[in-house]
Amino acid sequence: MDISRRDIFTVGGKLLILASVGATLKQITGAEPPSDAYRLADHWWGMIIDIDKCIGCGNCVRACSKENNVPEGFFRTWVERYQIEDQIKEVKQPRVESPNGAIDGFPPLAPIDGKSFYVPKLCNHCADSPCVQVCPVGATFVSPDGVVLVDQTYCLGCRYCVQACPYGCRYLHPETQTVDKCTLCYHRITKGLTTACCENCPTGARLLVDFKNPKDPVHEILRTNKVQVLKPYMATGAKVYYENLDGAVR
Amino acid sequence: MVVRRLFRDSAHLVRPALVLVACMALFLVVRSAIIPKAFGQYGHYRPGALDLVRQHPIAFAGQDTCVMCHDDQATVRAAGKHAHVACEACHGPLAQHADDPAAHVPKLPDVADLCRRCHEKDAAKPRNFPQVATAEHSSGMACNTCHQPHNPHL
Amino acid sequence: MIPGVDGFMYPNEVELQWSVLIVLYPYITGLVAGAFILASLERVFNVAAVRPTYRLALLTALAFLLVAPLPLQLHLGHPERSLEMYLTPHTSSAMAMFGFVYLWYLTVVLLLEIWLEYRTEIVGLAQSTRGLKRWIYRALTLGSYDVSPAARRMDEKVGYAVTVIGVPSAFLLHGYVGFIFGSVKANPWWSTPLMPVVFLFSAMVSGIAAVMVLYVVCMKLRKTAIDMRCLDTIARYLFYTFVIDFTLEMLDLIHRTYESDESFRSLDFMVHTRLLFSHVILQIFLGTLVPLFLLAANQLWRYTEGTRKAMYMTAGALTLVGIFAMRWNVVIGGQLFSKSFLGYTSYKMQLASREGLVAAVLLMILPFVIFFVLVKLLPPWQGGKAHEA
Ligand code: HEC
Ligand code: HEC
Ligand code: HEC
Ligand code: HEC
Repeated sequence: MDISRRDIFTVGGKLLILASVGATLKQITGAEPPSDAYRLADHWWGMIIDIDKCIGCGNCVRACSKENNVPEGFFRTWVERYQIEDQIKEVKQPRVESPNGAIDGFPPLAPIDGKSFYVPKLCNHCADSPCVQVCPVGATFVSPDGVVLVDQTYCLGCRYCVQACPYGCRYLHPETQTVDKCTLCYHRITKGLTTACCENCPTGARLLVDFKNPKDPVHEILRTNKVQVLKPYMATGAKVYYENLDGAVR
Repeated sequence: MVVRRLFRDSAHLVRPALVLVACMALFLVVRSAIIPKAFGQYGHYRPGALDLVRQHPIAFAGQDTCVMCHDDQATVRAAGKHAHVACEACHGPLAQHADDPAAHVPKLPDVADLCRRCHEKDAAKPRNFPQVATAEHSSGMACNTCHQPHNPHL
Repeated sequence: MIPGVDGFMYPNEVELQWSVLIVLYPYITGLVAGAFILASLERVFNVAAVRPTYRLALLTALAFLLVAPLPLQLHLGHPERSLEMYLTPHTSSAMAMFGFVYLWYLTVVLLLEIWLEYRTEIVGLAQSTRGLKRWIYRALTLGSYDVSPAARRMDEKVGYAVTVIGVPSAFLLHGYVGFIFGSVKANPWWSTPLMPVVFLFSAMVSGIAAVMVLYVVCMKLRKTAIDMRCLDTIARYLFYTFVIDFTLEMLDLIHRTYESDESFRSLDFMVHTRLLFSHVILQIFLGTLVPLFLLAANQLWRYTEGTRKAMYMTAGALTLVGIFAMRWNVVIGGQLFSKSFLGYTSYKMQLASREGLVAAVLLMILPFVIFFVLVKLLPPWQGGKAHEA
């Protein structure tokens, strides 16, 4: 048979394949499940944040940035300051700010006619995450222990997941050109440490929790407090719970 | 007879079909050859990714580690209001120091900036958190002339 | 304050993720789907008047389809990994499934239909040409020189079947693009079940307008008389689809305004400020109302040939601009507001970068280059005449 037009496509396809064999080679060799004492099936990670304890110092943002080499201008965690004026005559939008993610804290705020408070944010490590749902190749996923991670060697950089995240927790890493996000310090929590943000929070406003551990304080907290997740109507199965969250927070 | 004619007249249509089938077969072969090993073991992803994320180096050693060597500061701290403020919350990431204290001697924190970050008066802070308008409160003096960082109570 | 930002954006939202290239992607795919559906009018729905544009529409569809994945490819952070989409497609991802819809459409529908349509010419040219050309045509015959009337009748039957499969495939192709956006629940500007339908009809509108304009331009270049019956028919179908498209878009608008959910205040403000030019002026007024008026006038009153041509061409060109503006407003507009509904960012298009203006312009020229080559290789004109004769 002569060379057909379809064959030309096939040849093109082969060249493409050869090119990406190089790219995939690393993944073929380096695939081994975690080997040490840490057992994936024994954990289901999440976090509890108490708004009433946050002092807006920005320690978590700085710690995260140093622990994870977060590129400048992007944030795996950040803190927002809400100011909600008294709604006497009209319903006003809350005033929200987060100067450079609060990596240097906030300028002091003079008392206002209303309330103001800080809201730390990070990936909610949703159990039914829309970001995972839309990833075309399986480069982002919920790990068996409940952490939403990105495979940096597999991510295409299409950024569909960034669009799908209702909380703005993802960004494209300017150097690796892959999507990057909070790993809940997976490299720490699987070795018995807490996350960098929780470690450095002076007031204990953030608490790493393991829902599968019956002795974890989370169960007592959930039993004795009224908690809420961000944007519950998104039904993403968010696992970052907030105590004392105001309804105005988005 | 009719059937035979039908076969003859549509013989040329078999060719594009063959090309298509060949392409698909080739794709399946190539796919099975280069798909990452163990893909899908835990879910629709490469299980090796878990280890990749875990390999990231640790920057903050955690206060339990500091306490092992620095029990002086640890006891002082435990007695005061900073008992729950982690060492590295003030001292910065020191995992390298904890691994090899001689090779990495930490710089001490700059008090002028440090205390202010947490204690500057701010309406958005929880009311029961001790806060001062630092400029008035210390009148220019360094905080640690009066307060001891590890146990700030006077 | 961050330049270009009003109010509050989540810190990672300030920079847009999807650039002008992602605007091109639904635009180009839409042209493909629309052109194909116009071609199928003749075959499946027996609208004989549009026969002169049948082959033209097929080649237009192919030229744009070949370019359609390029903007996506260029926009990826790691284009060399794109094959993963076929190796380990994530079945829950609209984007992954699009890859297969695309391949299906390219190979089983479009290439096959063109091959069947052109077989007589290909075989003829494989015997009459010399040199390299001869080799190309010989390859294109796939080794079969059987163009007996019986075999051609067979082709006609199979071609009909392919077109019948092709129409829903074209719907699928572009409906899917709409679904990619419409299924993002985090984004209220995108998230509506109407999105695939709106995309589909706007695709048909843009594809029909593109073929209409291309047809007139080609005829002018070849100094051949324009078949006015054909042009009138195309314009009529353009009008019909446009009415449906406009109705759907207005339905979406009215529905949003009436429901006024949480996001409405924010989106409404955006439409009146940052999107005022591209949405209200370009898309709705110049890109929809004006061409609709021009086309409607032609349904109501008779004009001279020259006036009609001018009106159609104006309507066609404005439509193409309007649909482009619509894609822009969906893709870019959907990223200008914060998902906190408290602020807005702005899109700064780069010039010469990988995702910049130059790349976009080149990508928009490329289909015409391919179209030119295809027309040289597989002349669409003889077929039309042969058929008329
Ligand atoms: C293995 C024991 C060890 C661990 C663990 C350790 N250190 Fe040290 N640290 C030392 C020694 C020894 C020195 C004195 C080094 C020198 O001066 O050469 C020191 C010095 C310091 C100093 C500087 C004292 C000065 O006078 O300049 C600081 C601050 C400090 N450590 C903080 C920490 C913190 C915070 C941690 C927890 C992350 C920590 N260390 C963990 C052994 C340790
Ligand atoms: C509230 C912030 C804060 C915390 C929490 C803190 N330190 Fe310090 N630490 C300081 C400051 C500030 C200095 C420097 C004092 C100076 O310059 O006089 C210091 C000094 C030191 C020194 C040098 C010797 C000394 O006592 O001056 C060591 C060692 C040290 N810290 C270890 C620790 C360890 C270990 C912990 C945790 C148990 C800890 N620090 C917790 C703020 C802190
Ligand atoms: C990382 C945040 C942080 C830093 C930095 C910090 N503190 Fe504190 N400080 C706290 C917390 C948390 C408390 C306990 C508040 C409470 O008990 O409600 C506290 C309590 C105090 C108190 C109140 C003690 C009392 O008995 O009421 C003083 C005084 C104080 N800090 C002084 C300082 C000084 C001086 C520095 C700088 C060397 C400093 N702090 C740095 C977090 C910090
Ligand atoms: C001149 C000595 C002096 C200096 C310098 C000084 N303080 Fe104090 N600080 C005091 C005294 C005395 C008190 C306790 C009296 C009181 O409660 O008002 C105190 C109380 C505090 C409290 C607790 C307030 C409360 O409401 O319980 C904080 C917080 C504090 N200081 C922070 C700082 C910080 C931060 C600095 C550095 C900017 C600083 N101090 C510098 C003398 C000082």
